[in-house]
Amino acid sequence: MSTEFAGLSWNPVSDLEQLTAYPFMVQALEAGTIVAAMAGAIGWFMVLRRQAFAGHTLSVIAFPGAAGATLAGIPVALGYYGACGLGALALSLVSRGERGRISTESAAIGTVQAFALGLGFLFVSVYGGQLIGLQSLLFGTFLGITASQVETLLWIALATLAALALVGRPLLFASVDAEVARASGVPTAVLSLSFLLLLALAVAATAQITGALLVFALLVTPAATAQRLTARPGPGLALSVGLALAVTWLGLSIAYFSPYPVGFWVTSVSFGLYVLVRLATRREAR
Amino acid sequence: MLAHEFMRNAYLAGTFVALACGLVGYFVVLRGQVFAGDALSHVAFTGALAAAAAGIDVRLGLFVATIAVALGLGGLGERARPDDVTIGSVFAWVLGLGVLFLSIFVNGSSGSGGTTAVRVLFGSILGLSGGEAWLAAAIALAAALALVAIARPLLFSSLDPEVARGIGLPVRALGLGFLAILAVVAAEATQAVGALLLLGLLAAPAGAARLLTARPWLGLGLSAAIAVGSTWLGLALSYEIPNLPAGTAVIGVAAASFALAALGRWRPPVRRVAA
Repeated sequence: MSTEFAGLSWNPVSDLEQLTAYPFMVQALEAGTIVAAMAGAIGWFMVLRRQAFAGHTLSVIAFPGAAGATLAGIPVALGYYGACGLGALALSLVSRGERGRISTESAAIGTVQAFALGLGFLFVSVYGGQLIGLQSLLFGTFLGITASQVETLLWIALATLAALALVGRPLLFASVDAEVARASGVPTAVLSLSFLLLLALAVAATAQITGALLVFALLVTPAATAQRLTARPGPGLALSVGLALAVTWLGLSIAYFSPYPVGFWVTSVSFGLYVLVRLATRREAR
Repeated sequence: MLAHEFMRNAYLAGTFVALACGLVGYFVVLRGQVFAGDALSHVAFTGALAAAAAGIDVRLGLFVATIAVALGLGGLGERARPDDVTIGSVFAWVLGLGVLFLSIFVNGSSGSGGTTAVRVLFGSILGLSGGEAWLAAAIALAAALALVAIARPLLFSSLDPEVARGIGLPVRALGLGFLAILAVVAAEATQAVGALLLLGLLAAPAGAARLLTARPWLGLGLSAAIAVGSTWLGLALSYEIPNLPAGTAVIGVAAASFALAALGRWRPPVRRVAA
């Protein structure tokens, strides 16, 4: 290394300078910011709609997508988006076919998920067992991001957030009270499919940075914390995005100064916040 | 095929693990706790890696982690049925811990770490020794028997918790006991089909059985039968087809049986005539 690594000092300005001294770290912070803003907003709706299980399933579907694309020799990003999009269609199919039977629906989601992971494992073993590759597919390469990846990510995030803003109001209505929304002419089935597709887009973009298994942390925990604090949609959404940004920045910064991985720090900071908020709001809830 | 010792071991362990998964899975689906099963399977991954990083027996880590988290989740939720946001938050953190242990373990043991992680994630049923297979079969059988022992009151309290409480059934204790059995099965199945694939053995046979019959006892038996059948067929397929991992084959057959059950029940949607 050309620049010396001084470790953590008590001077916050020099620490900040050190944090941004390497381009890989700047890109990680940029990508983390984009991903957190997108995941915080989409995640808020996901938690509101009680679709955490579907969200997790979509995020693991990213793994066979990436593994399959590697095997077929096509761009990996294409595999991520393709697999997550197909996953969203499959999920919407199984949940529409079994309306009203919650328990069978969740069995179907679980089956889709396990089958997708099985396919992913098949692709990896046919490819010839690049084990290190397998781990980065599952757990991400936060610190190996290129400038062009950041740019693509930015466009995807802008598109996702714009689409979310467009359907936000009816989606909120349909999520809070599906029956009344349907009765007053809101196309709930179309909305629920488009939400799953948006979720898939966000997951596919995020999974390339955080890995297939950890997308879920950014989607669910900040949103769950925000919904514990306020039930009002506007402040709740803002809080969810704010929390997602804060835990990503904190996690990345701590990871820079510690020997342990980013994923661990991001999830631990956000889970710690969630537990604190849960304890603090416990009395009011009763 | 059965002339090979590793195939006999795989069939021995696989049969009983699948039996336990099919039985427990039926209740998992009935109680709407598939997401909890999903979370526990990832807890198994973290537990195993923690044990590996600490240099103790992986199985110890598996069982301690899954049972502790299952009881913790049960304590957090109403009537020992935690809601999905709570599960999701705990689960995300457990994955983060898994990454931590993975990095400690891989850095500490230069090379072999990756292989252990893959074994935990995707199972290694074809790599069991004779003793391990017998132990796996015995634990799975014990879990299945424990479940059958509480099956009747558990079924009642799953279908109608209010009435069950009214006649004096310990609904909360049953829920916790069920989560503990689920944890044992998840830890055991992790060794057979892997942490990431065991959800398929829990959800797919049970989902298929629920689609085929509404009668609970028949469904329970059917679920166990489909799970065991999928394992047998899956193991045979992976023996015949090179490169097809056993876990993928088993889950593939189970998923196919679910899809067949869904197709068999499918009727064209009746269009409502506009008034």
